[in-house]
Amino acid sequence: MVTRAAKFSIQGLHVHYGSLCALRDLNLEIAAHELFTVIGPANSGKSTFLNSLNRLIDLEAHSRVSGGIRLDGIDIRAGLEVEALRRKVGIVFALPLPLPISIYENVVYGLRMQGVRDAKALDAAVERSLRESYLWEEVKDRLRTPAMNLSGGQQQRLCMARILAGQPDVLLFDEPTSGLDPISTARIEETLLVLKEKYTIVLVTNNVAQAARVGDRTAFFLMGEMVEVSATSTMFTTPADSRTSDYITGKFG
Amino acid sequence: MASKRLRKLKEWWIEKAILLSGIFSVVFVALIFLFLLREGLSLFRGESVFDFLLGKSWYPISDPPRFGILPLILGSLLVTLGAAAISVPISLAAALFIAEIAPGRLKEGLKAGIELLAAIPSVVIGFIGMITLGPWIKNLFNIPTGLTALTGSVTLAFMAMPTIVSIAEDAITAVPRQYREAAIAMGATKWQTTWRIVARAARPGMVAAVMLGIGRVIGETMAVMMVTGNAAIIPHSILQPVRTLTATIAAEMGESVQGGAHYAALFAIGIVLFIITFLINGVADLYLHRSRR
Repeated sequence: MVTRAAKFSIQGLHVHYGSLCALRDLNLEIAAHELFTVIGPANSGKSTFLNSLNRLIDLEAHSRVSGGIRLDGIDIRAGLEVEALRRKVGIVFALPLPLPISIYENVVYGLRMQGVRDAKALDAAVERSLRESYLWEEVKDRLRTPAMNLSGGQQQRLCMARILAGQPDVLLFDEPTSGLDPISTARIEETLLVLKEKYTIVLVTNNVAQAARVGDRTAFFLMGEMVEVSATSTMFTTPADSRTSDYITGKFG
Repeated sequence: MASKRLRKLKEWWIEKAILLSGIFSVVFVALIFLFLLREGLSLFRGESVFDFLLGKSWYPISDPPRFGILPLILGSLLVTLGAAAISVPISLAAALFIAEIAPGRLKEGLKAGIELLAAIPSVVIGFIGMITLGPWIKNLFNIPTGLTALTGSVTLAFMAMPTIVSIAEDAITAVPRQYREAAIAMGATKWQTTWRIVARAARPGMVAAVMLGIGRVIGETMAVMMVTGNAAIIPHSILQPVRTLTATIAAEMGESVQGGAHYAALFAIGIVLFIITFLINGVADLYLHRSRR
């Protein structure tokens, strides 16, 4: 395996909600252009981890974060404006959530917010990001129709396009296929494999098999602790910790 | 078996009872309109519709009487537009503030205050407008009387505000939390999220709120009668006394002879008011459907 520059480096990350500890002493590096998958049962801290990376965690009342996260060597709290961070580190949620506007406007939403007015630039961004999320062919003739009319899988790919339009560095996925049928899921997974050529991807998934299918490396979280992290093929063949093997073979969780 | 039949019977009853209530509400509106038509249309045996709607003088008890309601229509329009211009921006901003920005206790306090404002009887608001706002406007603009269209607009703006604020606030609060999260996650600031996503998603509800507020203003009688001066002349500025359609009915109904021309003319004004309200609701409905599609 080629060593690559660390995109995210996380040191001693703790997250508390009130008195509840949701994430304990996490140390981890995520390489650029890596497809990093996170598995674990409910309440294991994997969504907390994801939300820490783009500081959406700040919106949770009573959350307390300690420890450091660096993106390309820059501290995400001290060195970056939160809005800039969130533009660099896009997130796709579990439930596809188009905004109640047209397909076109959904995609250019972030750009308009940044003040892009040039119609040609916006058109180009729409085509590029819809192609990247493999939605272009299906919607190119109805860009002005409401996004709510799309199917669930299409909506999820639209949400991906919306993030891609802003040309982020990192894509976070929080169980992106949990509400989708198998065919839509397969299409999203294919898309992920193509996208990692350009972006760094962190994928949190409830579906252990999905992590095995697409991940370069996989981390296993349990009750706020990262039990194990290793190359995906290693984890699914010879896990180091017995709790990991119990989880991936379906003995609990 | 018996219990199943019983349940079916219950279902049948509930279904029919709901159907009946629905039919009743439509029937009542239709009956009211028919009654208005029956009483009001007799005016047009001696008077042309054109003279009634566009006549410039309202002298119902002169000889011969003249029933031109143009001054009244313009009076209502002026007061209503003024009230809308004052209350709509303030109310929508207040609704956004309460729903999106105000922290917990302030929010509760404001909501309680707005509800209290809605509970004040219109005659009390009219009274306050008459004894405080009127003299103040008189001194401010140095005009002979403080009972003007502007006074009416300000007074009615206060009456429209609780309606607009509370309905708009409901609409804003009903915007799914995930829209906000999606926008925030894309690097939107709080203000960008509020303005571009929340206000946009809540727009049908906000339009409905504004329409209901305006409906309340047009139909309001007591307060407006107390503060607008009630001169049935065509207004040339908002600093003149005006008389509204509603105030005319309320003020003159007691003096008119039942079945006479004056009496019929007041009912004809009622028809006009009914049609205006109907149109406002229709426009609101059209708009709601268009944005929902």
